[in-house]
Amino acid sequence: LALYFHIGEREEKCIIEDTPSDTLVVGNYKVQRWDIHKHDFLESAPGLGMFVTVTSPSGEVILSKLYGPQGTFSFTSYLSGEHIICFQSNSTRFAVIAGSRLRIHLDIRVGEHFLDESAVQAKDKVNEVHVRLQHLIEQIHHVTKEQDYEREREEKFRKTSEETNSNILWWAIVQTLILISVGIWQIKSLRDFFISKKLV
Amino acid sequence: VRALCLAALLSALGAGATELTLELPDSAQRCFHQELESGVKFTLDYQVISGGHYDVDCYVEDPNGKTIYQETKKQYDSFSHHTELKGVYTFCFSNEFSTFSHKIVYFDFQVGDEPPILPDMNNRVTALTQLESACVTIHEMLNAVIDSQTHYRLREAQDHSRAEELNGRVSYWSVGETLILFVVSIGQVMLLKSFFTEKRVSSGGAGT
Repeated sequence: LALYFHIGEREEKCIIEDTPSDTLVVGNYKVQRWDIHKHDFLESAPGLGMFVTVTSPSGEVILSKLYGPQGTFSFTSYLSGEHIICFQSNSTRFAVIAGSRLRIHLDIRVGEHFLDESAVQAKDKVNEVHVRLQHLIEQIHHVTKEQDYEREREEKFRKTSEETNSNILWWAIVQTLILISVGIWQIKSLRDFFISKKLV
Repeated sequence: VRALCLAALLSALGAGATELTLELPDSAQRCFHQELESGVKFTLDYQVISGGHYDVDCYVEDPNGKTIYQETKKQYDSFSHHTELKGVYTFCFSNEFSTFSHKIVYFDFQVGDEPPILPDMNNRVTALTQLESACVTIHEMLNAVIDSQTHYRLREAQDHSRAEELNGRVSYWSVGETLILFVVSIGQVMLLKSFFTEKRVSSGGAGT
């Protein structure tokens, strides 16, 4: 039931995920190729793979792997910030020749910890409730992490605004001083000039 | 029942929703498609986080190609629709009106009404037990938390982007204005001096 979008054979499309640090991000995708003869998208074309590249906020590439036509990739964010997830097919054909497009189904989940179903199916009912409660607690921890990250960002934002504010004030003072001193210089210079030319 | 309640509470937190943040280069359009049944309600929320005037064009088409929603230059909006046809619905974001500012757009596409977290919550004969009603309350509150977090995160990103732009503009313009100030004032004096130098020569010649 995932969303899908189209991409050219050699094109690269990226999405941005803004996550706090220490968060697990899991992505599921499926690639289909347009078949000219059948005028439809084929299920998992053989030999087709997908390069998935994940860039961390500091510009460092933390994941760069070739996956098959269908797969799951995951990474844990070390830094908090914008992670860029890019998809590019490993097709060697040029888009111009084939006029072919790829359809990518995508589903990305951030910060969800997957329940270990086998532990849940334990016969002991009390244990089952216990496991589920643990899961719930982990999810609430994720909420707290997001809130801390938000607090970090708000601080950066406030610093930028204060810097702008003091910048404006400082530059206004400097410019006024320059204006006054240059004005005085102008008058002095012109007066000396006229006196030297014996016009005054 | 207790375990079922908790399971439903956990799974319903992400039922049929996709949220993505993407970068929209200038003069480009990005489309997304989703296969939906008929009689299903979907909601598309989108917001422009940074770039230019923080606005984007958006349209939604039903499987027959009919446009069911179209807006130009919107900063954020929320669109809900009950599907009548089964098929592939398309929604697109377009930055074609902009020539040099690429935008970052966040969208959230939610499908379907959320199922009640207790399977037979609405047509029960007996009242809910304490544990069950606690589950329902926690579920509703967590949903509110998710919405609230998303809302504030997007607003902060947008405001932060504007603040950085403002800071950059102030710095560049200040330096530029100072340079212009120097150039203009020194130029004025030079120009005036050059006028008087020529006139002196010509008036001296006319006098005698």
